[in-house]
Amino acid sequence: MELSGAEIISTFLADEGVEYIFGYPGGSVLHIYDALFKQDKVKHVLVRHEQAAAHAADGYARSTGKVGVVLVTSGPGMTNAVTGIATAYMDSIPMVVISGQVPTAMIGSDAFQEVDSVGISRPCVKHNFLVKKLEDLAPTLRKAFYVASTGRPGPVLIDIPKDMTDPNVKMDYVYPSNVSMRSYNPNIKGNHKQVKKAVKLILSAKKPVMYTGGGVVLSNASNELRKIVDRLNLPITQTLMGLGAYPGTAKRSLGMLGMHGTYEANMAMHETDVLIAVGARFDDRVTGNLEKFCPDAKIIHIDIDPSSISKNVKVDVPIVGDVEEVLTDLITVLDELGVNEDETRFTNWWKEIEDWRKKKCLSYKKKKDVIQPQSVVEKLYKVTKGKAFVTSDVGQHQMFAAQYYLFDEPRQWINSGGLGTMGFGLPAAMGVQLAHPEATVACITGEGSIQMNIQELATCLQYGLPIKIINLNNKYLGMVRQWQEFFYEGRYAMSYMDTIPDFVKLAESYGHVGMQITNPADTEDALKEAFAMKDKLVFLDFLTDREANVYPMISAGKGHHEMQLAPESELI
Amino acid sequence: MRHIISILMENESGALSRVAGLFSARGYNIESLTVAPTEDGSLSRMTLVTHGSDEIIEQITKQLNKLIDVVKLNDLNMNQGNVNHIEREMMLIKVKHGSLRDEVSRLVDIFRGRIIDVDEHSYTVELTGTSDKLDAFIRALETDTILETVRSGVMGICRGEGALKL
Repeated sequence: MELSGAEIISTFLADEGVEYIFGYPGGSVLHIYDALFKQDKVKHVLVRHEQAAAHAADGYARSTGKVGVVLVTSGPGMTNAVTGIATAYMDSIPMVVISGQVPTAMIGSDAFQEVDSVGISRPCVKHNFLVKKLEDLAPTLRKAFYVASTGRPGPVLIDIPKDMTDPNVKMDYVYPSNVSMRSYNPNIKGNHKQVKKAVKLILSAKKPVMYTGGGVVLSNASNELRKIVDRLNLPITQTLMGLGAYPGTAKRSLGMLGMHGTYEANMAMHETDVLIAVGARFDDRVTGNLEKFCPDAKIIHIDIDPSSISKNVKVDVPIVGDVEEVLTDLITVLDELGVNEDETRFTNWWKEIEDWRKKKCLSYKKKKDVIQPQSVVEKLYKVTKGKAFVTSDVGQHQMFAAQYYLFDEPRQWINSGGLGTMGFGLPAAMGVQLAHPEATVACITGEGSIQMNIQELATCLQYGLPIKIINLNNKYLGMVRQWQEFFYEGRYAMSYMDTIPDFVKLAESYGHVGMQITNPADTEDALKEAFAMKDKLVFLDFLTDREANVYPMISAGKGHHEMQLAPESELI
Repeated sequence: MRHIISILMENESGALSRVAGLFSARGYNIESLTVAPTEDGSLSRMTLVTHGSDEIIEQITKQLNKLIDVVKLNDLNMNQGNVNHIEREMMLIKVKHGSLRDEVSRLVDIFRGRIIDVDEHSYTVELTGTSDKLDAFIRALETDTILETVRSGVMGICRGEGALKL
């Protein structure tokens, strides 16, 4: 089949099974858009800003496990997408970004809309390519999808000069089903001896803790994780990225750990003698002060990326491999040893944990006259029966969502953990809703974050995406304000926005439904009303307690056992 | 500790910047770096000299291995000490000889160097050896006689049959 470069791209994407691409046209990609126009297999979603294209593809990828695909033009098209690419990179999300580039002959001449896309993206992609020969185009596309989706996943960028997509230059195209790269062979199987060693260590423990992260979700290892935790009666705490891999409502779940983790999770981390880290990377928001981190623990670490192992914390039993493969192997070892489910295992340890749980560290004072942000998340959980896909932006509302919406399934909770990108929530929700048209999708956000990609309300109308936006509006950049209250003696430098739009009118002007809720008693009904509008995007603007804080909190330099608890929780 | 890391990488544009970018992004130091194609035109060999604690060197080799363009690498100092590899650096140095033509020439002989160009005021000397030896030669010269030095950076190879090869 003789095809032009542009047709190779559109045909390849269809052959690769790509359902949606998220993008924005421009000069360097016009040939590609023309080729996409002439086919109907791959659906293009037109965003209103390239950052949102990357976030939407990201949301699509996180909620499905498939590769998210982005198409942007050269120059500003690509630079606008960088934040979205970096977001995906930090959270290891499979993504392929196709960026247009000026024609080969003009590269380096400071041509109109030229930037060094390969150079700019290099530190925030898993790999990138510049296509210089038409015959390299199809194999490069295949390599990009392969690299993005295997091993530790991540974004891959392909920069394609305009002459590579010239409709008048054609060549034979066959879908390159085989891909081989001598320099890229991710290690999938874990070392069996190490797995045996890990099992021995776990069985000898008195106070073990399972600490799991986004790697469990990425590797689809949720079932294996559940089997192991339940069989061994292990306490488990999950990172912000890992929530849902193990059910948040299950009795063995201690909730999230780290800076805003629960008292029981952080205390268990401090006291544990054997820590089993799975698909987690000992991020600074999780560990707190490294000097005080898990002082008595032997550490087992299962991760597909060798460079994650002993990066921040020295581990005793490293196992490099795909989490699902390694956990499956671990279950086999337990079978061989005849280790069965035993509710009485670690009884004394569980008693200690139950005492910590009695602190009820997530309790907060409800007020009659003003809405508490935590209660909105709790009501949202109730109204959606805990079954919604929840995306979030970044800040206090993100932590409240993570703490109070108990996720029972992996891929249900979608947020920017590593990079902490404000403006992520709404476009990510678009990707989720497109991938799951029948599902309930809620975006928990704040009045600061939502304004960073508010223009996507137009995209939502164009594609009929009935997302429910839960805006926790405290008229402050809440997390910044909280830090300023704690560490800058209440000097609220620039954390207050003097002018905030009327979100109800704003939603309406974009063709959606807007609601403002000020009375705590109305919270649940408003949510019910909104979620009953199945085919409408509803923007719920909750005016919340302006000075609510996120607790517990571990301040910089502190250890897990040095949490600051909510003033209310002391009263209980 | 000082480590010499030999890297076989795809001979592709941008591969060098991936390595250099990794070092600057993660705050690792590079003492010297030298790179050229090998007998297999699709591969380049890079020799990189760096300093760091064992933990940092471990991270450096892991991060380098993670780069898609890196095919294979070998830390020449890994658990072997300095005896198990050979390293060389080459220097071209231009020296004013003034009235001391013979003395400079003798010094070059002592260091097993070669004078590869001469004019009425200067010698250009070629010298190969470990970095220490090149440093010693520079110290043996009077500073104000040195017009220009150019050094290749360190190349290394392991002793015996062991080879960094595909």
